[in-house]
Amino acid sequence: MNIIIAGDGKMGSTLTRQLSAEGNDLTLIDSNPKVLEASEERYDVMVVQGNCASMEVLLQAGVKEADLLIAVAGADEVNLLCCMTAHGLNPRLHTIARVRNPEYTDQIYEMREMFALSMAVNPEKQAATEMERLLRYPGFLKRDTFAKGRVEIVELRIDERSKLCNVALNDMNGIVKCKILVCAVLRNGRAVAPDGNFVLREGDRIFVTAPTDTLTILLKNLGIITHKVKRVILCGGGRVSYYLAKQLQKSGIDVQIIERDAERCNHLAAILPDSCIIHGDASSQFLLESEGIADCDALVTMTGLDELNMIISLYGMSCGVPQVITKLGRMDNTNILGNLSLGSIISPKELCCNTIVRYVRAMKNQTGAALTVHTIADGQAEAMEFLVDDATKHCGEPLKSLKLKKGVLVVCIIRGANQEIPGGDSVFHRGDTVVIVTNGEKSIGQLNDIFE
Amino acid sequence: MNYKMLGRFVGKILWVEAAFMIPALLISLWGREIPAVKGFLLSMAAIVVVAGLLTGLCKGSEKKFYAREGLACVGISWIAMSILGCLPFCLSGAIPRFIDAFFEIVSGFTTTGASILSAVEGLPKGILYWRSFSHWLGGMGVLVFLLAISSINGGDNGFTMHLLRAESPGPNVGKLVPRMKKTASILYLLYILLTILNVIFLLAGGMSLFEAVCTAFGTAGTGGFGVRNDSIAGYSPYIQNVCTVFMLLFGVNFSCYYLLLIKQFKSVFRDEELRMYLGLVLGSIVLIVLNLRGYYETLGETIRHAAFQVASIMTTTGFATTDFDLWPSFSKAILLFLMVVGACAGSTGGGFKCGRALLMVKSLQRSVRQVVHPQKVQVVRSNGQPIGEKVLRNINAYLAAYVMIVIVSFLAVSLDGFSVTTNFSAVIACFNNIGPGLEMVGPVGNYGAFSTLSKLVLIMDMLAGRLEIFPILILFSRTTWKHR
Repeated sequence: MNIIIAGDGKMGSTLTRQLSAEGNDLTLIDSNPKVLEASEERYDVMVVQGNCASMEVLLQAGVKEADLLIAVAGADEVNLLCCMTAHGLNPRLHTIARVRNPEYTDQIYEMREMFALSMAVNPEKQAATEMERLLRYPGFLKRDTFAKGRVEIVELRIDERSKLCNVALNDMNGIVKCKILVCAVLRNGRAVAPDGNFVLREGDRIFVTAPTDTLTILLKNLGIITHKVKRVILCGGGRVSYYLAKQLQKSGIDVQIIERDAERCNHLAAILPDSCIIHGDASSQFLLESEGIADCDALVTMTGLDELNMIISLYGMSCGVPQVITKLGRMDNTNILGNLSLGSIISPKELCCNTIVRYVRAMKNQTGAALTVHTIADGQAEAMEFLVDDATKHCGEPLKSLKLKKGVLVVCIIRGANQEIPGGDSVFHRGDTVVIVTNGEKSIGQLNDIFE
Repeated sequence: MNYKMLGRFVGKILWVEAAFMIPALLISLWGREIPAVKGFLLSMAAIVVVAGLLTGLCKGSEKKFYAREGLACVGISWIAMSILGCLPFCLSGAIPRFIDAFFEIVSGFTTTGASILSAVEGLPKGILYWRSFSHWLGGMGVLVFLLAISSINGGDNGFTMHLLRAESPGPNVGKLVPRMKKTASILYLLYILLTILNVIFLLAGGMSLFEAVCTAFGTAGTGGFGVRNDSIAGYSPYIQNVCTVFMLLFGVNFSCYYLLLIKQFKSVFRDEELRMYLGLVLGSIVLIVLNLRGYYETLGETIRHAAFQVASIMTTTGFATTDFDLWPSFSKAILLFLMVVGACAGSTGGGFKCGRALLMVKSLQRSVRQVVHPQKVQVVRSNGQPIGEKVLRNINAYLAAYVMIVIVSFLAVSLDGFSVTTNFSAVIACFNNIGPGLEMVGPVGNYGAFSTLSKLVLIMDMLAGRLEIFPILILFSRTTWKHR
C-alpha cells in the first residue's frame, strides 16, 4: 500500500519502522532535512522535504497515487490542514490525523466530518485510558484485551516473594486454580516461548492469557492483594495528566498533581476543579514525602523527561507504593529497562502507533484481517485476534495434529460466550475467534498464515 | 565491518555473474568453439565454487549494514566479479596472460572499452559476446540488478540506499519510488527497453543479429567494445548515425526517462543538467565542424564524423568512425575537455558528470560573489531546489580525489617511457571510462604495450572512475577493516 507519513518525529519514525517492515511503500514528509536523511539511510523509504500542508509538497510526495495519509507533525492544526488539502487533491485517500490539544477533544467527531478524516488519534488520551484500566486492577503491568474485552493478555512480574517463583509451568495451574496460559516470558530482555517444563525465575516478566472474569481469582490466588485505588499521585501536569485526572475523578478517586510550572498549575486548577494541584518539583523526595507518597495507592510518573520519570518511579517502588506506572517517550531502550522495577510502562507513542498499524492492516486486507493486534513483550511478540471464516483451513481438526509455523502459539479460542484456553485436543470451528501469539519474525496477515 | 554480510553479498553477485555466462556458453556451443566452451565451463565451475563457499560460510549473518559496509561491498564485489569474470578469456586461450585478461574484463565491466587486443575479429563469438555483455552489465550496475531481483526484507533495510549511492553515478542519487526493489526494477526495465530499441534500429540497417546485439551492449553501457577491428567505421552512415543518437540517449540521466514515462514533461524539459549536456554536445559539434573544414569531402560527412566522435567521447563510450588523432589540435582539445566532463549523473556514462560540473561552477560563482559581499548568504540551487552544503562539500572532495588520482596514475604510467600525450590521455581515458585516448592509445591503437604495473594502475583507475572513487578508496583505508 502507498502510505504518506507527514512528520518524521518520534511517532513518524516508529510508524515508519513498523509499516515499512510490513511491506508498505512509504513516503515521508518533513521540513527538517536532517531527520529525513537519517530515515532514508535506515529504512527503505522515499523522503520529501517541505511543509506537509502545502499542495506542491503533497503532490511531490505522490498524494494522487497514495492510499493513506498519516499526519503526525508537531502541530494539530498543520495535521488537520494537511489531511484536508490531501483529501481535496485525492478524494479516495484515507487520512489519519493526530490531534492532541485537549480543547479539541470534545469536538473530535464533528472535526472528523469537517476535515474529511478517516480517523483521529490522540496518543495522550489513549495513554490516559490505558493507565486508568491498569489502575482498576492493580498488580498487572499491562493489559491487552481481545474479543470485546472478554479475554486479556496480562503482564506480571515475578519477584522473589511471588508464589510463582521457581515453579514450572506444568505445576502452575495448581497454584492459580483457574485456567490460564503463559504465552511468552521475557527473561533478560529476550522473549522466550516457554513449554511445560519451563521454570519461572525471579525477574521474569510473564504474559498470561486469561478470560477477563478470572482475573480477580488469579490476583487473589497469586497473593497480590487487590484493594481499590483511592488516592493517586500524578507527577507532571501535561496532557496525559489532564486526561487521566479527568477520568479518575469520574470514578471518585482522589488525584494529586505535582507540576513544576506555576502557570500550568494555575491553568490545571482552573480546568480540573476537583483535583489537588501542587506547585513543586516532583523529583524532590521531600515534596513527595510531604504529599504522602508512602501511603498513596498509586503513583503515575509522566513528566516530560523519561529519566526523571524512571527515578521517581524507582523511588516510589522503594517507598512501597502498590501500583506504579511510568510514562516513557522513547521505547528504544526497553531491553535494559526490563531489569528495573518501574512498575507498568506506558508509551503514548507506541499505543498510538499500534492503533494506526491496526487500521492499516484492516485497510490492506478487508477480509481475513486481524480483528485486534497488540504487541507484547517489549515489541518482541505480537498477539492477534482472528475470525475463523469459510476460507480458514483445518477447521475442526485438533490442534495437536496441526503443523503451525515456528514461534506461533494459539492461546485462546472464543466460541459464543465461552472462552477456552486450548490444549492439544481443542478445535476451532467457523464463526469462532482465535487469539494467536507470534514471535514477530514471520509477518502474519491472516489466519491461514499461521500454518506451515 | 560486517564481514559475513559482505561475504553474502559478494556470493550473491557471483551467482548472478555465473548465470549471465550461460548465454555466452550457449553461443560458443552453437558455434562449436571448443576452447571457448571449455573456458566458460571451467570459469562457471570456479565461480559457482567460490560463490557457494561464500554463501555457505557467511550464513546467519547479522543484518547490520552501514555506509562503510555499503561502499566496501560495492568495491569488493566489483573486484571479485572482475577477477572471476576474466577467467573465460584466460582459460579459452583468447587472451592467455592473466593481467591482460583482467585488464580487458575490468575495461568491460567499467564500460571503459580500452582494449589490449589489436585485432578482435578472429576471437570466438562466445568470447566476443561476453566481452560486450560485460559493458551492458557494468553500465547500470550489477548491484542495482541484484536489488531489482532479490527481496531484502527486515525492519532496517535502508542500507540498500548505500548500495545504490555507491554504484549509481552522480552527486545526489535518489530513489524514483519509495521501494528500492521497485526503483531498481524501473531502472533496469528502461535500460532493457532502450537496448532492445537500439538492436531493432541496428537490424534495420542490415547488421547481423550477433553484431547488432553486441554493438547495442557496447552502446547501452556506453562501453565501446566493438566486434570489428575498425570499431564502427566500416558500417554504413545510417548505422553510424543510429549509434550517435543512442550513445547520446544512454548518456542522459535515467530518471528523466522515468519522468517522461509518468508524463512530467515539464520537469524533464527544465532539467538544468540535461540542458547543459545537450548544449555542450551541440556547441562542441559546431566548433569541431568549423575546425575540420577541408578534412572530409562533404559537409555532411564532416558533421557525421564530428557528431559521432563528440557523442562517443562525451558519453564516454569510445566507439570511433574515424581516427580523430589526425584531427587538428583544437578539435582534439575539445574532445579531451569532453572526456573529463563526461555524461549526465544517473546515466550509464562515466566522467566527472555534467551535474557535478554544473554544481561546481555554481558554487564557484557563489564564492566569487562572496568576495564582493563578504556577509552575503547564498544558497546554491539546482532545478529550483536548494542544494545542501554536504553535497557541495562532497563535490569538492571528489574533485580533490579526482585530481590526485590522475596525478599519481600519470606519474606511475610515465615510468613506461611513452610520450606525455599518450600517458596522460591513457590515464584520462581509463579514469573517465572512455577507452581510446590520443596517439599510441588513440582510436586505432591499443593498451597492449603498457607494462604490468601500468596496467594495474589503469585497472584501478577504471574501477575508481566507474564507482566514483570512494568505494575503491575506502578499501585502502585501515579504519575500514577495523572491527567496530
